[in-house]
Amino acid sequence: MQINTPFFKQRAHDALADANLQKALGNLKAGFPEKRAIAVSRMPEFEQLRDQGRDLKNHILEHLDLYLEEFERKVIENGGHVHWARTADDANRIILDICQQVDAKTVTKGKSMVTEEIGLNDFLEANGVQPVETDLGEYILQLRHDHPSHIIAPAIHLNLEDVSEAFHANHHRPKSSDPAVLMQEAREVLREKFVAADVGITGANFCVAETGSTIIVTNEGNGDLTQTLPKTHVVVTSIEKVVPTLEDMTLFLRLLARSATGQEFSVYNTLSSGPRREGDQDGPENFHVVLVDNGRSEMVGSEFQDMLRCIRCSACMNHCPVYGAVGGHSYGWVYPGPMGSVLTPQMIGIEKGGMLPNASTFCGKCESVCPVRIPLPKLMRHWREDEFEKHLQPKAARYGLAGWAFLAKRPALYKPYTRMASWMMKAWAGKNGRIRTLPLAGGWTDWRDMPAPQGKTFMQAWKEQQKAGGQQ
Amino acid sequence: MPNISSGPRVGLFVTCLADMFRPSVAFSTVKLLEQAGCKAEVPERQTCCGQPAFNSGDRKTTADIARQTIDAFDGYEYVVGPSGSCIGMLHYYPEVFAPSDSYYQRALELKNRSFEITSFLFDVIGMDSLQEQLRQLQFNHKVTYHDSCSGLRQLGIKQQPRQLLQQVQGVELEEMEEAETCCGFGGTFCVKYPEISNRMVSNKSEFISNTGAHTVLGGDLGCLLNMAGKLKREGKQVEARHIVEVLAGMTDTPAIGEADYGLAQQL
Repeated sequence: MQINTPFFKQRAHDALADANLQKALGNLKAGFPEKRAIAVSRMPEFEQLRDQGRDLKNHILEHLDLYLEEFERKVIENGGHVHWARTADDANRIILDICQQVDAKTVTKGKSMVTEEIGLNDFLEANGVQPVETDLGEYILQLRHDHPSHIIAPAIHLNLEDVSEAFHANHHRPKSSDPAVLMQEAREVLREKFVAADVGITGANFCVAETGSTIIVTNEGNGDLTQTLPKTHVVVTSIEKVVPTLEDMTLFLRLLARSATGQEFSVYNTLSSGPRREGDQDGPENFHVVLVDNGRSEMVGSEFQDMLRCIRCSACMNHCPVYGAVGGHSYGWVYPGPMGSVLTPQMIGIEKGGMLPNASTFCGKCESVCPVRIPLPKLMRHWREDEFEKHLQPKAARYGLAGWAFLAKRPALYKPYTRMASWMMKAWAGKNGRIRTLPLAGGWTDWRDMPAPQGKTFMQAWKEQQKAGGQQ
Repeated sequence: MPNISSGPRVGLFVTCLADMFRPSVAFSTVKLLEQAGCKAEVPERQTCCGQPAFNSGDRKTTADIARQTIDAFDGYEYVVGPSGSCIGMLHYYPEVFAPSDSYYQRALELKNRSFEITSFLFDVIGMDSLQEQLRQLQFNHKVTYHDSCSGLRQLGIKQQPRQLLQQVQGVELEEMEEAETCCGFGGTFCVKYPEISNRMVSNKSEFISNTGAHTVLGGDLGCLLNMAGKLKREGKQVEARHIVEVLAGMTDTPAIGEADYGLAQQL
């Protein structure tokens, strides 16, 4: 996927001016956060579950090699294959190989952000294999040659009319704006694709080491058809998704559904444990798991390790006021919102991704709802430290900071300087009590008034008062 | 008045914004501390908490300023300031030093004795000692309260300001929609990403004015300057004040961003 992250500001500007997008984002705000709040209020032990989730993920990350190897052993025991992909390119080649081995023409796909991350669709298409997205949101996006703007509600940036037009243009049926009719239309079109597909590709929410199972969590059931109907099922997932046992998995399922959609449990929670066995009614003949690294193993043991706890619930972006204002496409790559602001620089480099960890007020809302308590603002701050050390911040910001630091470290200079600055601003404001334009402060005064200082600084006024008090 | 000399010695962390923009907030804080029986002092060697450096990724400057602040407030029983954000920064100081650094222990110890003012009054001093004085105050207005992010989520400040406020006669508290959502100030964020910040503060302005409140109160001047600036630019009549001005009965100064008719000159 093309990297547009350096253009975050321009994209945010366009997003703020896009009335349709703003309408769609308004729906998001009223949806997920409220549903999550209700689900959490119904579960008194939710905060303890978050602690358990954090601790269990930390344990897994300390023993990641052990659990991954155990998982691999079990998958093979079950008759499946495991492929290790260090990079996105490696992963794409492995998946294409599998498709070519079975002479695949079309592959159906369940929803998977990892395949977005590695750019799988474009790669398959360029090599003569046609991917078909089957998650409704992803399917709509594919028709529109668009990309997800949210990790669990990929088409959240679109309105009903956009869907109606996309279907009309591609399905050659009468145009409808009735959601039920559109849904039925998608069902009918996709049903044929499910049956015709040679390979089904899904992601995995978790990989269970003790049983060699992968699980997908969905609300549409498309993933189940994707992975059971074709002869070959390929699971594309990343190395941090492994959990030790089925019981551990259920802890995360409880956290995931509530944090993501406010459901107590998602509609479909489907485990895959290898290819069809003798006597099985259905299931694929070939079962492959592609474990993608793509920079994650570098995060183990680094100051970004906490990020690998992420279970991709989307609570951070659902609650983020910046995401809520500008939407997911402004972030310019695959993962938006606070989790994307930490993950993206790791995957595309801080030189290209630096805009993202800066686009936060550090309000802390994301961390307060994260089901595995990832300290997202702290991790974004670590990226800013990385930028600072590499001198990547804009010159004006660097010099401004240096000038301020020089004064702040010298109280004897700081005081006369602040006295002068307060006096000047007060003089500039006159009797208005506020300033409408201030040189070098357009970022502020283009949008709001600058309240004027009261006059003297406190340090000055306090000293005078103490002196006067002493003389009494 | 309680016997001042018998109470704890409290170092006032003034904060840059109170120092430069609104000394009345720091004076109100001193008054509240003295009413609570504390001996309030203002260490000379304080400047800023270092948050601009911390959030810009400049670890060295952050550590330099942290050392300076730790030294300046050495020996005070408590450190109290009128900002959840700046006091929250003091609470981050232990993260700035390696555990082997001699300042690490001192940073931990500073963290344990530093409080945002409403939290200090409510959690440390206790309502029993304050109720009588607060009940003598009058502020006959409908108000709404903005929860500033660091105070709320880092320091757990939510009920403290509301409980204190409700002792004041005439105060009618009307909660706004999304009181806990960031106003878009975010330190340097508001000038680095002005358009996004503007959207956030526009939402906030709308939520504030929807309550029909006469005054929006808060515990952080950064947010208050941002919200007051937006309310004024939009021509809304809502006033903005720091909560300590109401709790100390010092509301004779013009509200934030209001025209100055000379009263503040007396400061």
